[in-house]
Amino acid sequence: MTGYTFAYLDEQTKRMIRRALLKAVAIPGYQVPFSSREMPMPYGWGTGGVQVTAACLTPEDRLKVIDQGADDTTNAVSIRSFFRKVAGVATTEATAEATIIQTRHRIPETPLAEGQILVFQVPIPEPLRFLEPRETETRKMHALADYGLMHVRLYEDIARHGAITRAYAYPVQVEGRYVMDPSPIPKFDNPKLHRSPALMLFGAGREQRIYALPPYTEVRSLDFEDYPFEPTKAGHACALCGDDASYLDEVIVDDAGGRMFVCSDTDHCRSRRAAGRRGTMAAPFEDAAA
Amino acid sequence: MSAAEPLTGGFAAPAPDAARAFRAILEAMAQPGRIVRLAGAAAPAPAGPALAAALLTLADGTTPVHLAGDHDTPALRAWLRFHTGAPLMPRAGAAFAVGSWAALLPLSDYAAGTAEYPDRSATLIVALDRLEPAGARLTGPGIAAEARLSLPETAAFRANAARFPLGVDFLFVCGDRLAALPRSIRVEAA
Amino acid sequence: MYVAVKGGERAIAAAHAWLAEERRGDPAVPELSPDQIREQLRLAVNRVMAEGSLYDPDLAALALKQARGDAVEAVFLIRAFRTTLPRLAASRPLDTAAMACDRRISATFKDAPGGQVLGPTFDYTHRLIDFALAAGLPVPPAPVAPPQAGPMPHITGFLDREGLIRPEPPSDAEPPDLTRAPLALPADRALRLQALARADEGFLLALAYSTQRGYGSTHAFVGELRIGRVPVAVEIPELGLAVEIGEVELTECETVNQFAGSKSEPPQFTRGYGLALGMNERRTIAMALVDRALCARELGEDVGRGPAQDEEFVLSHCDNIQASGFLEHIKLPHYVDFQSESEGLRARRAAALAGREAAE
Repeated sequence: MTGYTFAYLDEQTKRMIRRALLKAVAIPGYQVPFSSREMPMPYGWGTGGVQVTAACLTPEDRLKVIDQGADDTTNAVSIRSFFRKVAGVATTEATAEATIIQTRHRIPETPLAEGQILVFQVPIPEPLRFLEPRETETRKMHALADYGLMHVRLYEDIARHGAITRAYAYPVQVEGRYVMDPSPIPKFDNPKLHRSPALMLFGAGREQRIYALPPYTEVRSLDFEDYPFEPTKAGHACALCGDDASYLDEVIVDDAGGRMFVCSDTDHCRSRRAAGRRGTMAAPFEDAAA
Repeated sequence: MSAAEPLTGGFAAPAPDAARAFRAILEAMAQPGRIVRLAGAAAPAPAGPALAAALLTLADGTTPVHLAGDHDTPALRAWLRFHTGAPLMPRAGAAFAVGSWAALLPLSDYAAGTAEYPDRSATLIVALDRLEPAGARLTGPGIAAEARLSLPETAAFRANAARFPLGVDFLFVCGDRLAALPRSIRVEAA
Repeated sequence: MYVAVKGGERAIAAAHAWLAEERRGDPAVPELSPDQIREQLRLAVNRVMAEGSLYDPDLAALALKQARGDAVEAVFLIRAFRTTLPRLAASRPLDTAAMACDRRISATFKDAPGGQVLGPTFDYTHRLIDFALAAGLPVPPAPVAPPQAGPMPHITGFLDREGLIRPEPPSDAEPPDLTRAPLALPADRALRLQALARADEGFLLALAYSTQRGYGSTHAFVGELRIGRVPVAVEIPELGLAVEIGEVELTECETVNQFAGSKSEPPQFTRGYGLALGMNERRTIAMALVDRALCARELGEDVGRGPAQDEEFVLSHCDNIQASGFLEHIKLPHYVDFQSESEGLRARRAAALAGREAAE
């Protein structure tokens, strides 16, 4: 593609984002304001993640892009082809082979390794936003580490429902200091944040915030002694690969509302099937047939 | 290419070279104590290649730079202005401060951020005579168990970490090597 | 047996091909040229320039064509292009007092130097559909008056001279730029005005209207509304002088608003300010009202009487590219979040129903 520099963003913009990233890494869980640019894709489609990825990419990288855990969802396809076009980088669907993984709403099932970077697309970076809409107020709460309001809200939930109802974007506390929104990953994925060997970067384009978790950072999901945090998933095994420990998508398969549950992580599911694992509704493995 | 000339020493391919340099700096900042190599840039003495690459990658017209002590030379000033456009600034207003450890002290001279915006803080690029994975013990985010780094002292870094989330962050350079120490890291003497 | 849906890339390519076909419409109907859009749909072009923050009528016309007439989509195209442009220079402040006005009206004085000039306005047209337009008949030429000879000073200048209106001293401070620095609150007036100048017109209109109905009332009169062309000059440091590089069409509105006074200031008029690229009358008046409403805090007025006075609310929600992107993103896949919600809801429902049965 002509007329645009490597990885689309001009160098000054990349420097600005890079400086914000370094401060974000230096202050884990703190949201660093950055002057997000207007990208050639809509706000809400991953403009923050795309800017972070663009600022981090080198020509040697292998990029994986997932949305809802899948490499083949339309938004993942679109972002992957954007970076192929503007940065000419190699892409992969294999989690273990990727050096940078941009994700929306999931952390891959395959454990990440040191040296990998996971870039999250974040819609609302402020974990306190639904308790207090004003940025001027939530900024003070973070400054004072005043998270009483959050605990009160979670406890009210328990009083009313007997459990914390938050199912995704479940707030975490980083190194005992900043309360952070892990982006709308299911709370099933929260434990993968804790002491992950990979570097995790979070980009919120519209809200102009970048934050980070360095490798091996202590990340605790907020809970109470008598109501400990519980990662949950559908109580089924994947109908294709038979995994009963991976996070599942729910698919409606007939007019009577019949369902099946399949791995949301398509690479994980594919590699299990390639290794001969079979679920109850599995077709013969397509790659083997080819 | 003579490193003493202000108009030379820039990246040959600015976008990919800066991208590679940034990734090395990011790796160093995300895994404090890890020593990375930065190549592709040269600046007038006493600046080494890692310092040159770090400045080209991070500094520009929006980031005031302070050159301290023996790094405040006409040649380095001219090089910095030509390649980055960064304005020179006294310590208090600097986004980046460059010099030897002794020349940069005391740390209280630099912006350490505010309670609401701790990111509005300086990054000190410290030129060291030796940089090795030995010496002071580092623990905290980015480090699996512990790391060792040949820091010039420990008291100042401990005091800096004690102010978290306020504080300054450090890049240490020696020749073509670079390591980082963010404010989040606990430092103990060897 | 089930095989997951594949082929996202092909589906996207097919959708884009279909979109291109739909954009063109019936090939039997001649294709619109950007020139035609620029000349004949000029107010649409102006809105795209104003909200896109880029003065380029040809590009705005092309964006409207590509966007199938959707103003917000066209603004988006312009904004995404604009961010990639190098910034070669900053112009000297525009002197709107030197505007060559096509239109200039004041609601506060019956007459003033320069006079009232109606210009090409819809104001007194009867809104009757002109079926003759469909026939595409030639337009008879409008009568031409000799150009205004004398100056056309700002109306608020006369109030200034009398000390009746709160002075707005000029400043050489570099104004902030929200496209280059993240929005930090509280914002100063220059930053607010920049946000409002590119804000969604519908949002500005609704907010301005709400102040007229008492939600943060500012009792505004249109002191002056002027539309015309203003020269743009750039300082050339090498030459040590400013060079005129062209001119832009602008709309400027200054409202005159009541102010009861405060501990430190006597009762006086105050002003709201609106400025837009191109002929953009409605948005400029609305902008002036919202600007004035947002000055409530600085003037020590009773805030909290309406959303238009709430700086954080207005600045966080006035941008239609941010708003439409985030609004529409909820149509993207959310299978994962939805699954986690429905799993939790099923469990809570089961518990609640079991509890009810046990109680019965």
